[in-house]
Amino acid sequence: MVETALTDLWYGFGVALEPHNIMWCFIGVFAGNMVGVLPGMGALATISILLPLTFGIHPVGAILMLAGVFYGSQYGGAICSILLNLPCHPPHAVTCLDGFPLTKQGRGGAALGITVISSFVGASWGITEMIFLAPILVTVALKFGPAEICSLMLLGLLAGSTLARGSPLKGVTMTVCGLLIGIVGSDIETGTPRFTFGIPNLFDGVEIVALALGLFGIAEFMKSVNQLSEVDTKYTNVKFRDLRPTKEEFRRAIPAMFRGTLIGSLCALIPGTGPTIASFIAYATEKKISKTPEKFGTGMIEGVASPEASTHSSVQGDFIPTMSLGIPGDAVMALILGALMIQGIVPGPQLISEHPDIFWGLIASFWIGNIILVVLNVPMIGLWVKLLTIPYKYLYPSALFFVCIGVYSTNNDMFQVGETILIGLVGYILLLLDFHPAPVLLGFVLGPRFEENFRRAMLISRGDSMVFIDIKNHPISAFFIFLCLVLIAAQLYVRLRKPKALADELKMNNDPNAIAPVEP
Amino acid sequence: MFQDLVKKRDFYAGSLTVLLGAAVALDSTTYDLGTMTHMGPGMFPLMLGIVLTFVGVLIFGTALATPLGDDEHILPKQKEWRGWFCILAGPILFIIFGEFFGMAPATFVCVFVSGLGDRTSTLKSSLALAAGVTFFGCLLFSYLLQLPFPIFRWGH
Repeated sequence: MVETALTDLWYGFGVALEPHNIMWCFIGVFAGNMVGVLPGMGALATISILLPLTFGIHPVGAILMLAGVFYGSQYGGAICSILLNLPCHPPHAVTCLDGFPLTKQGRGGAALGITVISSFVGASWGITEMIFLAPILVTVALKFGPAEICSLMLLGLLAGSTLARGSPLKGVTMTVCGLLIGIVGSDIETGTPRFTFGIPNLFDGVEIVALALGLFGIAEFMKSVNQLSEVDTKYTNVKFRDLRPTKEEFRRAIPAMFRGTLIGSLCALIPGTGPTIASFIAYATEKKISKTPEKFGTGMIEGVASPEASTHSSVQGDFIPTMSLGIPGDAVMALILGALMIQGIVPGPQLISEHPDIFWGLIASFWIGNIILVVLNVPMIGLWVKLLTIPYKYLYPSALFFVCIGVYSTNNDMFQVGETILIGLVGYILLLLDFHPAPVLLGFVLGPRFEENFRRAMLISRGDSMVFIDIKNHPISAFFIFLCLVLIAAQLYVRLRKPKALADELKMNNDPNAIAPVEP
Repeated sequence: MFQDLVKKRDFYAGSLTVLLGAAVALDSTTYDLGTMTHMGPGMFPLMLGIVLTFVGVLIFGTALATPLGDDEHILPKQKEWRGWFCILAGPILFIIFGEFFGMAPATFVCVFVSGLGDRTSTLKSSLALAAGVTFFGCLLFSYLLQLPFPIFRWGH
């Protein structure tokens, strides 16, 4: 098994090392790193802006680039957290706690150096996990019938909506809204137009680019306009030679790095727990096992190394269910899956065998991308730090232009732009009501396949809805439904007991101004 | 009690969800529901509508059950009417100018107007930004990516 995996990986490197694929990978990680650094821009918005540009290129290049934006932005986000104390990217919010004090002590460079190393370690482990785990998952998943697929999707949707930010009830609401938006258009079996309000432009359904750019572009800009405080550049003067940590720092960071990696990779296996949760757990664990827990928050290098490693290992691990089962864990993965679907590729367990170039090319490109990122981040740290000072007043109008033209270019139709504006306005109202729109995308991408499999499962069972929990004939499906119930029960238990740590974490996650600096 | 209720975010969130769910459920009955074995196009939306209504009731319930937060308000403290207006106006103008005058005017107006939404921006800074984005945008999309969208046109 190891041997086949290595042969496949070798093949993947062949694909990823083709000059044009390296170019797309480079563009992706470069753009990702850049928006990661820029306060007020996120990976989601960037991937959606770049999505229309990928229609014309080969699916392999498209996926390498979009994936590169995602993990590239994680590198950039850490710079923002450590040097500016701005948790603009949720997974890096905990890194601020110890990263910024280190910066104040003049060790910000070292913290960044440690971050780059732990990111690389974490990512490498996540990739290795994917190489070996994904094919195993696929062999299991290929045996799934419609009932199993349906239950698995239900589990994925439930996990994605309840474990994400904010109230689980509102997460479920958003997921169902996503499923409903996915319904808009012609019904797959009968061709009946549904929820189109008689508008012919909607017969093909809502454009994923319009949905994503409305929710994560326009709505986010409306939220952030005039809310970003002036960036304090007092500590941002970091040079290449400052990145070298001392021996002592290194000795303390290494074990933390590996603990973080492990936590991150475990979190990646649970659907719905993305990098944010992984980094929180890693930080809490580090604090718990430390001999000097009281010193955390004053600049402990472990508090930087462990969450960063866990973020990166879970970011890479997130690709496992997405690529092997076709079930995305969060909104970014949903978007990447959507990009695949636009290219005419059906996500699911057959992806690896039908499109090995995409799967193994992607894995190989992760390594190449991560190496590019280390190279980009170490000598060019000065450039990234300079980017931090670009004011938001120049950023969002330019981004809005890309939003408009990107949406327009999907169909060469202004109708799409209007759709985006409307979705953006609704998205902002939802944000004001404490709904986090990320699960909408999850529901939207999975919706059509969910409905199709649901109808098929019911047809096969002759209308018996017990088919999903039939332990005798469909034990796997019953198991997934059982997990769903466990998930709901766990949520209820946690909400009713409300331990303090969770409440604190929620407060941090729910903070409507999470983009504003936290108190040091 | 009621005065407190209408100040709560979850009151609006719950009501909105219930309304949406009910509307979807009602509307889906206008499509063919089919049977459980052969589901028609209306069955799945009907189920989603029912789930949505149910969840909405639960959210409404949490609004009733939890006390009013000390700092609860629907609109953010600082109302950014200018920012919100400009951000929405930019893309709307992009549609209008794009339909009638082409890519360059549309880009210019979109960036210029939305740029004015930031309180620190001035006419001059917005103009400069708009000019820059228009130049590079047209270069990128029209010449490099060959987007079929004329830089200038007159009428439709």
